[in-house]
Amino acid sequence: MRFTRKNKSVIPGFGLSFGITMAILGFIVIIPLCSLVVYSSKMSFAGFIETVTKPRMLASYRVSFTTAFYASFVNLVMGTVLAWVLVRYDFPFKRFMDGIIELPFALPTAVAGIALTHLTVSDGWVGRLFAHFGIKIAYTRLGITTALIFIGIPFVVRSVQPVLEKIDKEYEQAAQMLGASGAQTFFKVILPEIVPSLVAGFTMAFARCLGEYGSVVFIAGNTPYETEITPLLIMSKLQEYDYASATSIALVMLVAAFLILLINAVIQSRSSKIISGIG
Amino acid sequence: MQKENKIIKWLLITLCAVFLTVMLILPLIYVVTTAFRDGVSAFLKAVGDKYAVKSILLTLKVTVITVIVNTFFGIFAAWTITKYRFKGKKIISALIDLPLTISPVIAGLIFLLTFGRNSFLYPYLTKMGIKIIFAVPGIVLATIFVTFPFISREIIPVMTAAGTDEEEAAALMGAGFFKIFTQVTLPHIKWALLYGIVLCSARAMGEFGAVSVISGHLRGKTNTMPLHIEVTYQAFDFTGAFAMSSILVVMALIILITRNILEYYGKKSEEESVKDE
Repeated sequence: MRFTRKNKSVIPGFGLSFGITMAILGFIVIIPLCSLVVYSSKMSFAGFIETVTKPRMLASYRVSFTTAFYASFVNLVMGTVLAWVLVRYDFPFKRFMDGIIELPFALPTAVAGIALTHLTVSDGWVGRLFAHFGIKIAYTRLGITTALIFIGIPFVVRSVQPVLEKIDKEYEQAAQMLGASGAQTFFKVILPEIVPSLVAGFTMAFARCLGEYGSVVFIAGNTPYETEITPLLIMSKLQEYDYASATSIALVMLVAAFLILLINAVIQSRSSKIISGIG
Repeated sequence: MQKENKIIKWLLITLCAVFLTVMLILPLIYVVTTAFRDGVSAFLKAVGDKYAVKSILLTLKVTVITVIVNTFFGIFAAWTITKYRFKGKKIISALIDLPLTISPVIAGLIFLLTFGRNSFLYPYLTKMGIKIIFAVPGIVLATIFVTFPFISREIIPVMTAAGTDEEEAAALMGAGFFKIFTQVTLPHIKWALLYGIVLCSARAMGEFGAVSVISGHLRGKTNTMPLHIEVTYQAFDFTGAFAMSSILVVMALIILITRNILEYYGKKSEEESVKDE
């Protein structure tokens, strides 16, 4: 691949800024990722398949996928409601509600993890309420899902909010004048407009949840086959100095993450084509 | 119809308020109350512990280095991507954003493979006496990786929106690279840049997964604040763990407030520049 300039810009400093960018990018991202590829190329394919399809691995994929999916789904619904409330309504403490949405980005995941664990154990502030009904949260998959809901809150809200702000109220008024109910207006007029941003927010939250480690280790209980997530398995392989297995699992996770992003990219480009009227 | 809408409105607002209170505010209150559960002196003792202080200092050091490197990189990367036209631009921006999609544990792993015992670099590094894995440089590298795109992502949209006309004019009038950047570009991007720096420091301070892989958990040497929390928590020293956490909670709140102020100023300066045109 050659990085050639299409036409010379009058702005000076191309060589310098391009060089600095590529040098740091190479050192931080490209070389370390290549070492992952180099290391995994030393493994045999059969050995790789055997490592990543062990029953304990398969169980961890299932735990990771289902909890990440449920958590992202909850955030999909709550994110839409939150974005709607923040864009359309006026009420006291609205600025505060808007401002606190990013807390999961600002609060270290380990802190969130231990706080949520203590809140949801069966004699914790929240766990006590659920214990009445015989529902355990901490140290179960429900606990993992709770931690992942926390991590994923900002994604859907922040991706839907700007789109919702731009939607012209005239369409809704037109729909209402033509006799549509509130629910009909929402599902037939507004929802189609925000679907691409919902998909973007959902996939970003899902990808983040799949890889999340810090908040989950504390609340999960980490019982093999039951509440063991895939990143934790990488961690335990590393602690046994079993780098080959760790790398194999990491490759599976990387492929999964890229597939999720690819699906998102395809949906985004298709919807932007529909909106711009091509295709 | 009107009345029905009002009911729905308040139902939805209540739903959101309950959700955010349980998921976000309750954990914060819990951390702070538990930190002071055994009184102020127990809190001060936990925070003043020798290893606790060392972990605070290490976290500060790692955060400062990470922010400096990523700011430097972010500015040059955004400049390269927005001010020139060249082939392969999309690949470069995809590579910059790549760390966002990679699990922190994998981020730690790739540095372990690059500089660890299995790497071809390892013999050279030991000969030169450089320790990266299970030492501070490894922690810094992993943290830089995890927060890599944070600053460039904030300033690239602003620089794209500003276009290249003003820089070209300045260049034609004979201004050099440095002068163009500080006098023409920087005023446009300053709020976005500060915003990116705030986000980057928040994540750098709290990174757990990547650092935990690479630090080796040497008490007093390679334990950052989140790792110190893990160690004290697992030793059932809950007051210690939550005392340290409460410091990070306060930092997170400061970051959130700063973020909102910066966003406000960013929007205001955007509106002003629209008015000027």
